[in-house]
Amino acid sequence: MDWFYKFPNMNDGALRDLKKLIDDGFRAFTRAYGDAIEGLFTPLQHFLLAADRFMTQTPWPIILLLILAVAWFASRSLKIVASCLVTLMLIGYFDMWTDTMRTVAMIFVCTVISIAIGLPIGILMARSDRVQRAINPILDVMQTMPSFVYLIPVVMLLGIGRVPGLIAVVIYAIPPMIRLTDLGIRLVDKDVLEAADAFGADRRQKLFKVQLPLALPTIMAGINQTIMMALAMVVIASMIGVQGLGQPVLKAIANQYFTLGVFNGLAIVGIAIMFDRVSQAYGKRLQKHREIIHG
Amino acid sequence: MADHAFGGIRIRHLYKIFGPDAQAHIEAVRNGLTKAELNERHGHVLGLRDINIEMPSGSIQVIMGLSGSGKSTLIRHINRLIDPTAGEVLVDGVDVVKMAEAELREFRRHQTAMVFQKFALLPHRTVLDNTVFGLELQGVPRARCVDTAMRWIERVGLKGFEQKYPNQLSGGMQQRVGLARALANDAPVLLMDEAYSALDPLIRTDMQTVLLDLQKEIRKTIVFITHDLDEALRLGDNIAILRDGEVIQQGTSQDIVLRPADDYVANFVKEVNRGRVVHVEAVMSPLTTADAAGGPTVAAGITIEEAVRSLAAAPEGDITVVDPAGKPLGTVTFRQLAGAMVNAHDGGRRAAA
Repeated sequence: MDWFYKFPNMNDGALRDLKKLIDDGFRAFTRAYGDAIEGLFTPLQHFLLAADRFMTQTPWPIILLLILAVAWFASRSLKIVASCLVTLMLIGYFDMWTDTMRTVAMIFVCTVISIAIGLPIGILMARSDRVQRAINPILDVMQTMPSFVYLIPVVMLLGIGRVPGLIAVVIYAIPPMIRLTDLGIRLVDKDVLEAADAFGADRRQKLFKVQLPLALPTIMAGINQTIMMALAMVVIASMIGVQGLGQPVLKAIANQYFTLGVFNGLAIVGIAIMFDRVSQAYGKRLQKHREIIHG
Repeated sequence: MADHAFGGIRIRHLYKIFGPDAQAHIEAVRNGLTKAELNERHGHVLGLRDINIEMPSGSIQVIMGLSGSGKSTLIRHINRLIDPTAGEVLVDGVDVVKMAEAELREFRRHQTAMVFQKFALLPHRTVLDNTVFGLELQGVPRARCVDTAMRWIERVGLKGFEQKYPNQLSGGMQQRVGLARALANDAPVLLMDEAYSALDPLIRTDMQTVLLDLQKEIRKTIVFITHDLDEALRLGDNIAILRDGEVIQQGTSQDIVLRPADDYVANFVKEVNRGRVVHVEAVMSPLTTADAAGGPTVAAGITIEEAVRSLAAAPEGDITVVDPAGKPLGTVTFRQLAGAMVNAHDGGRRAAA
C-alpha cells in the first residue's frame, strides 16, 4: 500500500541522470554555439546601445520636447501632453532622469522588436487555424512560465548584459502583440472582406488595404499591452544587468532603502501611465471613423 | 472592350449543395431528391437546383425571392464568390466555373462589379478613397483613379462629400458610395445583392430612379437581387422568381403579373399596384373595322396608370392604342382601364403581342 500514500515517482538515480544529461547537453551546446549565437544578436546590441546613447546623451530639454511632441501627435490632447510634462519634470527633479531615459530606451527597443516579430506571427495565425493551434500553447508558456526560469538558459547562452535582458523582456511582452494581431484580423467584417474579394483583391492587397487597417485599433491595444508588460519586467531584467530604473529598485531591496525604492517605483508607474494614455489616445483616434453613427 | 460587344450572362444547369460531401449527392438531386429529403437523409442543404437563366447584355435581370430562396447564393455564383456543385456560368461566353485563381481575379477586377446589401464600405477610407478601391486593385495610376472616381461621385449625387467618411453619411448616401465604387470599375456586369433592401422606402424609390437613369446611359448587364416585388417589377427587364432554390417563373413584369405560373407567384402578385405594371395593350380590345381614327390615342407600351393620367381630360369614348409608327393596334375604354387596375386576378385577358 505504499504506492497509495506516496506518489510512485521516477527512480532518484534515473531522475538525476536525466537532469544531468539535459544540463550537460545544453552546456555543450552553449560552449559550441554560444559565440555564434552571441554574434547573431550583435545588431540587436548595437540598436540597443544606439537608442540608449541617444536618450541619455541628448540634452534633456531636447528629449523632453521630443517626447511631448510625440505625445501631442499621437493623442492631440493638451491634457495628456501637460500630464506628460509634469511627470517628466518631477522625475528629473528627483534626479532619476538618466535612469528613466535608459528604461525608456529599452522599452522602445523591446516594443519595436515585439512589433517586428509579433505582427507577422499574428498575421500567420489569423490566416490559418492550424498555425493558431500550434502557436497558442507556446504563447501560454511564454506568459505563465516564471521569468526567472527562462532567464537561466538566456544567461547561460549570452551571459549577463543588456541583450539577454532584452530577450527576456521580449519573451514576456510579445504574447499580447501576437494574440491581438490575430484577433484583430479575425474580427474584420466578413462583408467588407467579401467586397474586397468581389473587386478582385489578391491576398497582399486584402492584407494591406483591408485587414491590417481594419485591425489596427486592436493591434494598437496589443502594442499598449506589450509596453505595459515590458515595463513590468524592468526590475527583473535589471537582475541580469539591464540598466535603468530597475537597478536602484534592486539596490533598495537589498539594502532596505525604503525611499529609494518608492521613488524609482513611482517613476516606473509614471512612465507607464504616460505610455498607456498616449497609446490609448492614439488607438481611440484610429477608431474615430469606425463607430456607427447612422444605422 | 470597345471593339467587342459584351455577350451577356448565361447560367446553365447550375446546382449548389452545401455540405462537406456535396459532389456525392448531386446525382440523387438531379434524379429528383427533394431539398427536405436531402437534408433529412444526408444532412446536406440544397442551395440551388437546376438554374437556367439567360441574361442578355445591357438589360436588368431581377432575381426575386424571399429569404432562404437562394437568391444571394445565386448572384455569388456569377463572380464565383461561391463555387457551384455542378453547372456552368458563362459570362461573355467564358465559363467562370473553370477559371483558375489568377484568371478569376482578373475577371472580377475587369468584368464584374458588385454592390452589397450592407454597403461593405471600408470604414477607414473617405468616400473618394472608397470609390477608387476597385481601380486601385487593378493598378490604375492614382491620378486617373481620382478622375474617374470624381466623375462617378458627382453622377450619383455625392459631390462635396468626397472627404467624408462612411459613418458620417446616411444609409442612402452610403449606398450611393457603394454604387459609385462599382460603377468606377466600368465593368460590363453590375451585380446588386439586395442593394436597396436596407434603405427606407422613400430613399429606395429614389435609388431605383438613380439606377434606371444611369442604365439609360451605361447599358450594363445588371443582375439585381431583391425580395420586394414592387422593386422587381419597376427595375426588371426580366424577372426570375426563386423559391427553395428553384426558378419557378421567368419573364417580363407583364408575364409575372398577368400570367403567374402558380399560386405562390399569384399570391405575391395579388397585392401589386397593377396600374403601374400592366401595359395598355394587355387590356385593349382588338381593332374592329367600325373603329374610326380621330379619337384620343395612347402609345403602346405605356402603363395603365400613365394612360389614365394622360386621358383624364380627354373626351369620353373609345381610345385607340397606337404603335410608335402611329398605326392603330386596338382600342380601350376607361372601363377596361379601371377594371384592369383593380382586378386581383383576371386570367381571361391576354396581351396581343
